[in-house]
Amino acid sequence: MNQAATEATVAIVDYGLGNLFSIHQACRHVGLAGHITSDAQAFRDADAILLPGVGAFPDAMEALERLGLVEPLKAMVAEGKPLVGICLGLQLLMQKSYEFAETPGLGLIEGTVERFDNPQGPNGTLKVPHVGWNRIDPPATRDWKNTPLEGIPAGTYQYFVHSYHVVPTDENVVLATTRYGDTIFTSSVLRDNVFACQFHPERSGPRGLDIYQNIKRFILQTKEHING
Amino acid sequence: MLAKRIIPCLDVNNGRVVKGVNFLNLRDAGDPVEIAHQYELAGADELVVLDITASHENRDILLDMVRATAEQVFMPLTVGGGVRTLEDCRNLLNAGADKVAMNSAAIRDPDFITTASRRFGRQCIVVAIDPKRIQSGGREVWDVHINGGRIPTGKDAVTWAQEVEHRGAGEIMLTVMDADGTCGGYDIEITRAISQAVNIPVIASGGAGHPHHLYEALTNGAADAALAASIFHFGTYTIEQAKDYLTQHGVRVRHLPHVADFPEGVL
Repeated sequence: MNQAATEATVAIVDYGLGNLFSIHQACRHVGLAGHITSDAQAFRDADAILLPGVGAFPDAMEALERLGLVEPLKAMVAEGKPLVGICLGLQLLMQKSYEFAETPGLGLIEGTVERFDNPQGPNGTLKVPHVGWNRIDPPATRDWKNTPLEGIPAGTYQYFVHSYHVVPTDENVVLATTRYGDTIFTSSVLRDNVFACQFHPERSGPRGLDIYQNIKRFILQTKEHING
Repeated sequence: MLAKRIIPCLDVNNGRVVKGVNFLNLRDAGDPVEIAHQYELAGADELVVLDITASHENRDILLDMVRATAEQVFMPLTVGGGVRTLEDCRNLLNAGADKVAMNSAAIRDPDFITTASRRFGRQCIVVAIDPKRIQSGGREVWDVHINGGRIPTGKDAVTWAQEVEHRGAGEIMLTVMDADGTCGGYDIEITRAISQAVNIPVIASGGAGHPHHLYEALTNGAADAALAASIFHFGTYTIEQAKDYLTQHGVRVRHLPHVADFPEGVL
């Protein structure tokens, strides 16, 4: 990779929900120039799109629609632009969610978003939301070589805050899983130019920043791939 | 499996840490940014900053401090103290706080919890509950207090905990006033009663003086996280020493990457 390719720009999607400060700082920390924006043209100009999000799925989809961002996002991903989703930003990629009412998502990944269904621990039902540090592991069928989790040890702890989790139809898109009591859920997905995680690498200490370094590499490699 | 969290707490006054922090080789023992960074390197899972500044006019100093801390620290940051309005919440979150902790304002106007939770998401609303054991009508009640334990509210701690959950709190920070500052251990009975009465995480606070106290809060007290100040600030134990103790006694915690993790599948 040559010197000129070490810089990349990221449009951080601002749809009025949640705190984008820590994501912006984590990007800056690894040399990604982040622009917090809700302007579709700014997404086109950036090397990658980062879809963050906290809060409720229906509110987020409504905000994306109101800002006229749903179709541009889908189109740019179809053209090969790297998209990184974090937390609710992962859930929004799915076809539909059952949070409050059944709501269609962006449909970039086949599958649904479902609530934790009474996860059981050794001493009874576990609390929902799932808040705190939990481990991420590769599924039995794959490893993390040449993915945005390359070099991250299996079982690394990352910080989670959520009550819903994604259930992809195609198990080949599952990049990481996490166990909460008797429930094993998908904590990261990768499909072509789309990478997303349920946890918050920007709140997960040095190992989280390692993932941001990998995200930068993922963006640069995908960009080179598109540019041929 | 989810790890139990160990959370150091900094008291700040006009943007400076009070109750001196005396671990490691700090260049400036009052600088919250440097202390936060050191705690992150030491393996803290989260950080709580409580603003004890008397004057509300000095709010900008706090916001600058939060911003500077959030620029350099990549773990969850909770800020409390003097949070009274939705604008207070918004300003703190925009400055980089992940969660805001509210106490007196929630007691005075319980709707504030609901409104703030709807506006910002329940995951960032922490309600601090400070009960004190008092005798009333010949029996003991766990009366929620405000203003640092000075003013009783007449609210039962367990009932109030259930109400704040119902109103949209994402977490409860429980400081039992009788134990706070004693270094003699958390109040396990009250911690357990509240933790079992709600389905949101409970952070036990007040009384830690030894890693065994953390162990008690996280096992018999059924707390999801343990917050402590003095034992870490004074360097009595490092975060990692406390976590080693917990691991040896079968409590799952996150260790720094270079330390062997507690084996999966064992609680």
